Amino acid sequence: MKRSDRKRQKRRVRLVELAHARSGDKGDTANVGLIALKPEYYPLLVKQVTAAKVAQHFKGMIMGQVERYELPNLHALNFLLHGALDGGGTISLKTDAQGKVFSTALLRLEIEVPG
Amino acid sequence: MASSPRSISIAAGQGFWGDWLEAPYRQVTGGSIDYLMMDYLAEVTMSILQKQRSRDPALGYAKDFVPAMERILPTLAERRIKVTANAGGVNPRACAQAVADSARRLGLSGRLRIGVVTGDDLLGRLDRLLARGHELRNLDTGRPLSDVRDRVLSANAYLGAGPVVDALRRGADIVITGRVTDTGLTLAPLMHAFEWRPDAWDLLAAGTVAGHTIECGAQASGGNCLVDWKRIPDLANVGYPIVEASADGTFEITKHPGTGGRITVAGVTEQLVYEMGDPTAYITPDCVADFTTIRLSQAGKDRVRVSGIKGKPATDKLKVSVAYFYGFKAVGTLVYAWPEAYEKARSADRILRERLAALGLAFEAIHTEFVGVDATHGPLARGAVPVADTPEVQLRVGVRAPTREPVERFTREIAPLILNGPPSVTGFAGGRPKPEEIVAFWPALVDRNVVEPCVEVVDV
Repeated sequence: MKRSDRKRQKRRVRLVELAHARSGDKGDTANVGLIALKPEYYPLLVKQVTAAKVAQHFKGMIMGQVERYELPNLHALNFLLHGALDGGGTISLKTDAQGKVFSTALLRLEIEVPG
Repeated sequence: MASSPRSISIAAGQGFWGDWLEAPYRQVTGGSIDYLMMDYLAEVTMSILQKQRSRDPALGYAKDFVPAMERILPTLAERRIKVTANAGGVNPRACAQAVADSARRLGLSGRLRIGVVTGDDLLGRLDRLLARGHELRNLDTGRPLSDVRDRVLSANAYLGAGPVVDALRRGADIVITGRVTDTGLTLAPLMHAFEWRPDAWDLLAAGTVAGHTIECGAQASGGNCLVDWKRIPDLANVGYPIVEASADGTFEITKHPGTGGRITVAGVTEQLVYEMGDPTAYITPDCVADFTTIRLSQAGKDRVRVSGIKGKPATDKLKVSVAYFYGFKAVGTLVYAWPEAYEKARSADRILRERLAALGLAFEAIHTEFVGVDATHGPLARGAVPVADTPEVQLRVGVRAPTREPVERFTREIAPLILNGPPSVTGFAGGRPKPEEIVAFWPALVDRNVVEPCVEVVDV
């Protein structure tokens, strides 16, 4: 009973409601800095936006691993998406050869928040 | 030199080669500043400049820098504003010569000193370095540079703030460099003005973070800023960022009064995480900065205070950027209109691929995007909107190959689709796509002690 109550109190929201982001490139790696819109959202991001979840989110779009770093001082997480840019820089055939808008693609991810 | 000032200001005038031509002028005339910092070099810029110099030995630097300087030189001389710029590319001496010519034409002879920083260019020494066992392995792939040695077009070590400080100490008003790091151009004036020691790691890290914050120009003052972007005021008159730093390594990011844009903690945070790797180890030639120690606070309207920054000793390596010839690529586009725009574009892509295969063309990669459906967010976006009613979709197909021939042939397969493919197609006014040479970037490390920065200071 209690457990299902708690379950009902949760809802799924897209990261775009909780965070903003900027991304850039280093060779074939895109980085996404994910920044909590309010400091109180940061623990939620730390808990739920794991490297594994981000790797799953970008499945088929990136060839390599996902690394995650924490910046509690800036209420931000930094993700490195390896093999994201079709070779990167001048080699890449992608519109987003420098990973400039991977940031907004991450903001599509849904996470669970307390109702 | 007189005693150290209490604070100095460094204004960003250019965030990349191609940035807003008005920005340097507005920075030197819009209020009081001590230094103007202009960053021109991206990873592949050096190879483009190398190619220009090979055609004409007087070229090889960011040419836009000269008219930009000509416009502001009288103001620089009058207000005693100093400039640090890596506009010198692969030919800093020629760049300095061109700026000196401008200064003389403006009647500023005897009133300006120009410092020139070289020594970053390793191209002429590459074979000796390789022979002596410096393998210059690719930091991403691990391959030794010898694999592509015959295709190398340029090789430059990233120099830090040190030689720029040298030039300033010797009285240079304008310091023109080759491949000095973006951050070094901001750190150097701070080291010079406050007499920071080259092993004061926390201070050097602070100056490095200051440099990172303003190195992309308006990206720190409201440009390309996602958070609450619609309410960022007057981007038409955006004020580029200015660092106001104190001798203790704390600083504030601000902009000239009356300019557009916005400087907030959220916006500065976006710039801090831009192009970031491991935040605890932001490695430059000058130090290793720890971005997890940065404290930000809003100190007023359009003013963010930055403090608390810690640094660690610099490593014994320098990064080298090698540019090498990789192959050819071309991108062709066509636009398909409603009804069933997406289906038509997909059909055209299938037809095109079938024809390329029938021709037996060998590509390293064929890449298709449907702009308006999936170009930026890939499969995450497909299904996010009802594509059946999309008014138009741009088919965008790119190919890449080691040789020109298959790429050239590909460029002739786009136009025929207009009459012999799916209907409702337009948007081909630009004509046949052109095969483009790919000059790729090879990041490597080299022992610091093999690189010898050189500083010259000349009176105009």
